[in-house]
Amino acid sequence: METLRLTEPWPALGPPIAKHLSQLDVRVEANRCLNCYDAPCIRACPTGIDVPRFIGRIATGDLLGSARTIMDANPVGASCARVCPTEQLCEGACVYNADQSPIRIGDLQRYATDWAIDSGATLFRAGPSTGKRVAVIGAGPAGLAAARDLARLGHAVTVFERDPHAGGLDTYGIVPFRLPAEIALWEAEQVRALGVTFRTGVSVGETIAAQEILAAHDAVVLAVGMGAVPRLGIAGEDAVGVWDALAFIRAAKSGAGVGALGGAVAVIGGGNTAIDAATASRRLGVPSVTMYYRRGPERMTAYQFEIEFAQLEGVEFRTCTLPSRIVVENGRVAGLEVVATDPGGSARSVPGTERVVPADTVIVAIGQSRHVALLDAFGVLYGPTGIAIVDDAMRTNRANVFAAGDCTFTPGGIDAMVVEAAQRGKVAARSIDDFLRGAAA
Amino acid sequence: MADLSVDLAGIRSPNPFWLASAPPTNSGYQVMRAFAAGWGGAVWKTLALEPIVNVTSRFAGLNAGAYRMLGMNNIELITDRPLDVNLEEIAACKAAYPDRPIIASLMTECTRESWHELVRRVETVPIDGFELNFGCPHGMSERGQGAAVGQDPELITLITRWVKEAAHVPVIVKLTPNVADVRVPARAAAEGGADAISLINTINSLIGVDLESWLPIPHVDGKSSHGGYCGPAVKPIALNMVGACARDDRVGIPISGIGGIADWRDAVEFLLMGSTTVQVCTTVMHHGFRIVGDMIDGLTNYLDERGLASVNDLIGQTVPRFVDWNDLNLDYAVVARIDPESCIRCNKCYIACEDAAHQCIDRPADPLLAPVVDEEHCVGCNLCAMVCPVQDCITMVRTDAGDTVHTWRERLSVPS
Repeated sequence: METLRLTEPWPALGPPIAKHLSQLDVRVEANRCLNCYDAPCIRACPTGIDVPRFIGRIATGDLLGSARTIMDANPVGASCARVCPTEQLCEGACVYNADQSPIRIGDLQRYATDWAIDSGATLFRAGPSTGKRVAVIGAGPAGLAAARDLARLGHAVTVFERDPHAGGLDTYGIVPFRLPAEIALWEAEQVRALGVTFRTGVSVGETIAAQEILAAHDAVVLAVGMGAVPRLGIAGEDAVGVWDALAFIRAAKSGAGVGALGGAVAVIGGGNTAIDAATASRRLGVPSVTMYYRRGPERMTAYQFEIEFAQLEGVEFRTCTLPSRIVVENGRVAGLEVVATDPGGSARSVPGTERVVPADTVIVAIGQSRHVALLDAFGVLYGPTGIAIVDDAMRTNRANVFAAGDCTFTPGGIDAMVVEAAQRGKVAARSIDDFLRGAAA
Repeated sequence: MADLSVDLAGIRSPNPFWLASAPPTNSGYQVMRAFAAGWGGAVWKTLALEPIVNVTSRFAGLNAGAYRMLGMNNIELITDRPLDVNLEEIAACKAAYPDRPIIASLMTECTRESWHELVRRVETVPIDGFELNFGCPHGMSERGQGAAVGQDPELITLITRWVKEAAHVPVIVKLTPNVADVRVPARAAAEGGADAISLINTINSLIGVDLESWLPIPHVDGKSSHGGYCGPAVKPIALNMVGACARDDRVGIPISGIGGIADWRDAVEFLLMGSTTVQVCTTVMHHGFRIVGDMIDGLTNYLDERGLASVNDLIGQTVPRFVDWNDLNLDYAVVARIDPESCIRCNKCYIACEDAAHQCIDRPADPLLAPVVDEEHCVGCNLCAMVCPVQDCITMVRTDAGDTVHTWRERLSVPS
C-alpha cells in the first residue's frame, strides 16, 4: 500500500466551519500569547500540548517546530484543531479569559498543522528497532496514537482496520465541513510513514481470528471504538428511510450517497453525532430538519458551539420529546409519532400527548453499542456496559493486551473526545513499551 | 485651556510639536499639509548648495512581534532638490502659515565661505532659525560632513562660529548620538555661540540581514551600508542624552528634544527632562501628519487636569532628579506586592524572578492561587512588575522608614 490518502476527493458538503485565519490574524494572535509559565492551557489539554511553545514558534516563523510540538503531544493534533471543544479545554483555561478574549489556540493549531500538511515536511522518524511486534486493532484516534508512539519507540506495528480507510470516527463519523477526511488520513499517513503496516478492510474476529493476532505479536492494543447505533425499540424502525446516524454521516461524507431524504428529516438524539446528522441533512438540501431529544436542553451532550452552529444552519430543536412510533406507508417512513416527556427531565412520557410530526427520513443518534464479542475474543474483562476494564496505564486483565479509546470510555461521560482517545492511545503505547522492555530484561 | 506656546531661543511656536528635518519635511506640499494638521513648526529637510543623489532602496523597519516599525533605519541623504526650489516653497509656506516657525536645516562643506554663502542664500526667504546638521551618520559623514563634524568638538565650535557670524536668526546645533559622551559636542556648540541644541540625530545601525538571501537590509543592488536608527526604540537613548545635556552647567542652552517621540506622553517626558520643543519624524512616517491632533489634545488635557496654565511649567522639572548613581539613596527600599484579585495566574512574575532575579516569588501548591512575594528577600528590582501583563497588579511598596539618606558618594568621602 503506497498511501492511505484518498485517490478521489470526498464531497465537502459546503464551506468549512473553521474560520479562515489570515497572515495578519496569525501574527497578531500568535504575538498576543503571553507565554505563561506552567501555562493553564497545557494543563487543560488532555494530551498536554505545550501551547505557548507551539504558538511562540509560529510567531518566530518556525512552523516546522510548531507542528512538531503539536503532533509530538497529540498524534491526531490536526483533527483536534478542528473538533476539540477548545472553550472547555485550552481556550477555556487561557488567562486572558479574565478580562478579554482568550488566545485562539485551536485556530493557531490548525494553522500550524495545515502548514505541516501542505509542506509535506517529515515530522518524526521511527526509533531503532526493538524486534518486538505489536498489533493495534482499530485505526481510529486511539489506535493511530498508540501505533505512532509505538513506532517511534522502535516496535514493529501492524494496524488492523475493518474499514477501507484509516482514521475511524475522524474519517467516517464527523461531517466534512467540520473535519474533512483528508485531515484524518494525513494523520494516518504520518503513522504509516514511520513503517507501520496498515491492514485495512480486515475485520478482526471475522477475517482474522484473535488467537492468530495474539500468536503473531508480543502485545496487542484494542482500540476498537464502538459499534452501530442501538435500536430505538419502537414500531416502524425497519422502514425505508430510517438511518443509523453514523451510517448516514458515513454515506454522506464518503460520497456513497444517502438517496432522497424528502422534505422533512427527524433526528433522534441530543449529542454531537445528532447535530452532525442534522446539519449534514440541511446541507444536503432538506428544507425542514428537526432534532428530537427526550430530556431538557441543558441535558443535551452536544457542545454548546455545536448547538449554536446547528441553529445557524437552520436546524430546529424539540426537547422533552420522545419518539414513540415511526409512521410507515408502503414500507417507507411517512411520519414520526412523538410524545411529550416530563418537563422535570426524567424522560418519562406524558400519556395523552402523542402527536404525529412530519418526517420523510428518521435518523437515530442515541449512542453506540459495544464490541463485547471482540473483547471476549481477546479474553478481556469488561464492565456491565461493555467497557473494557483498564487501569491508569491502559492495561487489561491480560498482561499482553491493552485497550484505549472509545472502548474504554464510560457511556455518557464527558471524556469521549478525540483528544482523550489520543491521550489514552499514547498512554497505552508507553505501557506496552514498559511491558516489552521489562519482558526483554 | 492650557497655553501650549513655547519659545526656543527666540523662536516662538504655537505648540512644542515640530517636525524633524527628515523625509516628512522634504517639500512645501508636505509642510503645508503638516501645518494644516496642526504641527507647531517644521525643520526643513537639510538644505545644501547643490542637491545630492540618493539611492534606492533607503528605509527598513524593526518589528517587534506584531508591532511594526518599533525602530527604523535609513540611508537616505539630505535634500535631493535644488536649493532655489526649496527656498521658493519655504517662502510659500511662511506666507500661508506666518505663525509657524520654519527652521532651515543646513549642511555644506567645511569652509567658512561655503557656510556663509549657504546662510546668505537661505536668508533671502523668511526663515525663523537654522539647524546645523552635524548629526547625519551615513553617507554625508563619508564626505566629511554631518556626523563627521558632530564627532569633532573643535569643528563644531568652528562652524557654529562661522554660521553665527553670518546668521540673523537663532542657530540650533543638531548633535549626533554616535559619540562617547554627548555633553562634549553639546559644550562645543555652546562655546561656538549656538543659541540652542537639538538631539538626538539617528544612531549608527544595521537593521537586519535577510534570512533567505543573506543580504543586509535594506540593500542597494545587493549591498548595504550602515544607516541612521530612529523610532520608538531609541527613545530611552535620546531621553538620557537630553537629560545629560540639560543638567550640564557647561551646556546651558535650550534644547529641542528628538528621538522616538511617538505620542503626547513621550513629549511630556522630553519636556520634563529639559526640552523646550520636541521634534517628530518616525511616527509621522508610520501614521501621517494627523497624529499631531492627538498630541495636542493629550498634552492640553494633561496640563488642564493638573491645573497648569502653560506647557512651560513642565520644561526641565525632572532634571534636578536626574543625578549620578553616586547620589542615589542606598537606604531606600521597596518590595513587590502581588494583588491576588487582579492576578490572572500567568506566572510570568514567578519565572522571571526565579530564573533572572532573586528567587523570591513563591507559587502555592494549588496552581489556581496567585504567586506570593517573599518580601524578606525581595530586592525591589521591579522585574516582576515589568513582565506582569495586568496593569497595577504588581505594585512596588516602600518598606524603609524613609527618614535616612546614605549615598555612595558619602561613603567615598568618609575618611578612612
